Amino acid sequence: MSVFTPNRRGLIKSGALLGTGLAMPTIFTAGSAAAYTNAPTGSGVTLGFNVPQSGPYADEGADELRAYELAVEHLNGGGDGGMMNTFSSKALSGNGILGNKVNYVTGDTQTKSDAARASAKSMIEKDGAVMITGGSSSGVAIAVQGLCQEAGVIFMAGLTHSNDTTGKDKKANGFRHFFNGYMSAAALAPVLEEMYGPDRNAYHLTADYTWGWTQQESIQAATEAKGWETVNNVLTPLATQDFSSYVAPVLNSGADILVLNHYGGNMINSLTSAVQFGLRDKQVNGKNFEIVVPLYSRLMAKGAGENVKGIFGSTNWHWSLTDAGSQAFVKSFGEKYGFPPSQAAHTVYCQTMLYADAAERAGTFNPCGIAEALEGFDFDGLGNGPTHYRADDHQCFKDVLVVKGKDNPTSDFDLLEVVQVTPRAQVEYAPDHPMFAGGALGKCNPGA
Amino acid sequence: MDAIFLQVLNGLDKGSAYALIALGLTLIFGTLGVVNFAHGALFMLGAFCAVIMRKILTLSHVSLDPEKTNFLGKPLEIRTPYVELWWGDVGTWMIDYSVLIAILFAIPVMGVMGIVMERGLIKHFYHRPHADQILMTFGLAIVLQEIIKAFFGANPIPQSAPDSMSGAMDIGVLFGFAEYAVIYPYWRLVYFVFAAVVIGGVFAFLRFTTFGMIVRAGMADRETVGLLGIDIDRRFTIMFGLAAAVTGVAGVMYTPILPPNYHMGMDFLVLCFVVVVVGGMGSLPGAILAGFMLGMLESFSSMNEVKAIIPGIDQIIIYLVAMIVLLVRPRGLMGKAGMMED
Amino acid sequence: MLKYNDKVLMIVFAILVLTGPVILAPFGAGYPDLLQRFAIFGILAVGYNILFGLTGYLSFGHAAFLGVGSYSTVWMFKLLTMNIIPGMILAIIMSGLFALLIGFITLRRSGIYFSILTLAFAQMSYSLAYSVLTPITNGETGLQIRLADARILDPKNESGSLPSTNLFGFEMNDTWRTTFMGMDLQFNVGFYVCAVILIAAFYVSIRIFRSPFGLMLRAVKTNQNRLMYTGINTKPYTLAAFVISGMYAGLAGALLASMDPLAGAERMQWTESGSIVLMVILGGAGTLLGPVLGAGVIKYFEAIFSRINDNVLHGWFDFLPGFLETFMVWIIHPFVGKGWSLTLGAVFMIIVIFLPGGLMEGANRINKRFGKQKRGSADNAKAPAE
Repeated sequence: MSVFTPNRRGLIKSGALLGTGLAMPTIFTAGSAAAYTNAPTGSGVTLGFNVPQSGPYADEGADELRAYELAVEHLNGGGDGGMMNTFSSKALSGNGILGNKVNYVTGDTQTKSDAARASAKSMIEKDGAVMITGGSSSGVAIAVQGLCQEAGVIFMAGLTHSNDTTGKDKKANGFRHFFNGYMSAAALAPVLEEMYGPDRNAYHLTADYTWGWTQQESIQAATEAKGWETVNNVLTPLATQDFSSYVAPVLNSGADILVLNHYGGNMINSLTSAVQFGLRDKQVNGKNFEIVVPLYSRLMAKGAGENVKGIFGSTNWHWSLTDAGSQAFVKSFGEKYGFPPSQAAHTVYCQTMLYADAAERAGTFNPCGIAEALEGFDFDGLGNGPTHYRADDHQCFKDVLVVKGKDNPTSDFDLLEVVQVTPRAQVEYAPDHPMFAGGALGKCNPGA
Repeated sequence: MDAIFLQVLNGLDKGSAYALIALGLTLIFGTLGVVNFAHGALFMLGAFCAVIMRKILTLSHVSLDPEKTNFLGKPLEIRTPYVELWWGDVGTWMIDYSVLIAILFAIPVMGVMGIVMERGLIKHFYHRPHADQILMTFGLAIVLQEIIKAFFGANPIPQSAPDSMSGAMDIGVLFGFAEYAVIYPYWRLVYFVFAAVVIGGVFAFLRFTTFGMIVRAGMADRETVGLLGIDIDRRFTIMFGLAAAVTGVAGVMYTPILPPNYHMGMDFLVLCFVVVVVGGMGSLPGAILAGFMLGMLESFSSMNEVKAIIPGIDQIIIYLVAMIVLLVRPRGLMGKAGMMED
Repeated sequence: MLKYNDKVLMIVFAILVLTGPVILAPFGAGYPDLLQRFAIFGILAVGYNILFGLTGYLSFGHAAFLGVGSYSTVWMFKLLTMNIIPGMILAIIMSGLFALLIGFITLRRSGIYFSILTLAFAQMSYSLAYSVLTPITNGETGLQIRLADARILDPKNESGSLPSTNLFGFEMNDTWRTTFMGMDLQFNVGFYVCAVILIAAFYVSIRIFRSPFGLMLRAVKTNQNRLMYTGINTKPYTLAAFVISGMYAGLAGALLASMDPLAGAERMQWTESGSIVLMVILGGAGTLLGPVLGAGVIKYFEAIFSRINDNVLHGWFDFLPGFLETFMVWIIHPFVGKGWSLTLGAVFMIIVIFLPGGLMEGANRINKRFGKQKRGSADNAKAPAE
């Protein structure tokens, strides 16, 4: 049935003449010169840092960018080396990657799939980036991951928490260090059961888009397994500013727990509304009413101010961790910028190091070589304990932190305290888990 | 029943925010005939007046605590606001009430800002096509919000209400509901009362003062009023300042409800245009009515019972209603003929 | 037939567009993605100008048609074939029908009431596409092609990687690179597809501007009441203009999806509609060339200014002594990188304050000052009446 696919080669050849028109001396055509897209030609290698610089997540993007700059400095042998010294793999030596000096280009995702892809494309087409990394939302991560797969470069995801990134939208060229909704739920549920008891009635407010749904699904499954009931799940439009009309009905719903499956501005606003309505001073069924925010970030905690005190959630990493890797990172970041790094900064720093290390071990920038080096890679010393990059879905498995809003913060950054470090074994799942089913990695694509 | 009563309160609360912003917008539309896309930015600037006021009040003396250390192992900084150092409890009280103090700060600042905007930019656009006005005011809005972003970042900045006005009250008992059935936050009630006072004030000002009379006459027929030897331009400038001040204080008072961020203006802008147009161009009562109506409908449409019947209705209710109103009533609820129709 | 002036304009325009990869390379904009975007948003703006520039009806909902076009096209990629033709046809039909429906309802009102009605329609489409309609639109993530899609007209794909969009075998992402005078030139199939369509779209727009139909639309802008008093029903004309511009937007959406097979709901948000309006006004509403220029300027800022970071700045001012270099970087820093929208906002204001009538007005003034002696007619050709 190949109606629309005549002899492609011949057409391309004639198209070349027709297309160029000006008959420039053709040095090479796509697909003939290099073994993979954007193979470094000189002595430098270019990485593309694609982060939100405008829009609501701009501050998170700015923090990611700081971490990237720090990572590049360390890779090129500057600074104190940060986590390079504590990283279990010793392939990196501070002379760039494979002897190539690391250069970088930056772009603005605007937290929009279109703009993010346009920005990533320009990095690949114009600047010759061999790897794209960054981002602060799952929609963007999935969109850019798809692009990198088609273009034949590696994508090292930044902050993306949706199950889909390494679930139904996983790609062979994409890798995620950050944790996901399932892991949040698996880490959080036991702590919640311990703190609030097994017979609780939860009311979910969920951001009405893919990330919100996967997170809600995960939390509901994990808490119900611990004996909780789910009273209701209400979807809230992304554009909602004032959540009062969603929070008010919770008061008399018979629920004694409110789960806010929101992120960023949504979470700040919904939590602020919930606290305003006096939910936390309320008694239901003889128990204190509690609020849970499954995914926390320091910037969100800062935006919600006093309202986060005592509220449980999970995070990927926190600067107050005392292992050698975390401390080394906090020290070099803190000394350069004057404040501790956020979890977004940590995850992108790790991703850059992991990429560089994989390239070094593989001996090439070829995405297929790097993918092979990363798949099934076991490492330690990057702040989350022994970590495993699973080959089946390119998801990292590591300890997850359960945190709570600090009652007496000593500074603007000291807003969360780590309640429990949930061991890796507890948050692992099978690659064919139903919440992650429906996608295929496909084959690694070196492009060109 | 209590659920419905709660949503009525929510509707009034949202409605008062919409009505306040729409009031300023429609004053500018009605008096000057300018499509002001920078109006949302005025609301945002008002909110940041509160942020700035708090920043000023909490300017701190920094001393080092020799016993505790920060994350880098250096001595921990202890910050004590100067106002507390100087005035003790009065200083603490001032910080607590910074939102209300910010209103005193915001009225002159926003008023002057409005006047400068009108004299410096808007004035030159009265006789230009609406398209030019849109481009200019949109550019201005972007510039203003980017400046705020450069200084305060993109993350929301929480502002707390004064202690005595935070928390929630059991308002249901007053209306004969069971105890704890209808709990509502104090500050949202304060906001509603505040909105009612401001709206009443503006109406009284336009109704009962000579100034207001001239402005109303100017709205109806600018040329004739000008021919009568009245300097209508100057009065319109003052109206612009007034509209900016009203919108600014609406922003100040809104900060304890939701933490302000640099793009909150854009978030409210479209909504308020819809409110003004649904109310009818050039009609102040129309804008107020539409503000409360849309606030109320938005609240009710987010009730689970309603969403169960029509999924996703809360996503589109405002626009759906706007459409129906405009199709049934060509000039919105109370609009005048010939205003912004070409 | 075109008049002499229009012929000149058409030929100059075609040459400029086709040599885009060479002309724009020195400005750092000569790479396929941005070139494609210039052309695609050029088409969009040309189409929008037929409605707004001629009739004065300010629609704030054109992004919805862009979205409808993209979704239709991606669905064609998923179901039928990776050839872009069926997708483009469906996109134009769907957006045309959608525009007919919306236009029929919204054109009952005029002025700001019309603007708000179109805005309401577009915002509803966006909200629903983002949430409730996720089975069709794939919501937040955006509609993407997958390996498992049917694609019944295409041969079975066993390579394990996603197929590329193509036009009878020409793959959209095929690029021929060459170095010319130290510049990296990239000639991309996708861009030339967009460019040819842009030229065709521009041609159609000239014909509409010069036709009796175009004249009627201008009459609507000048004084609709008078037309009605003379017994002319203007509705069919404005509706036709609305549908045509909606189809242009659908075509642009189809091309966006063809160059990059993904359709996201953000494409339909009011800010996107707003930026279409801004493109046209910035370039000069009602002029032929203006909208294309406006689209180019806005996309250029978005793509290039946002990518200038301190590193790049230091590179630029490397030749200066240390303190001067730091000073220059410090001065420029707030306006580039994450401050790109600040610069864009300032550019809007400056242009509209000093050049009422947009960029084309500026071109006219320059022309008047320098070009008059040489060729008096150029004036007319570049900026026709309005």
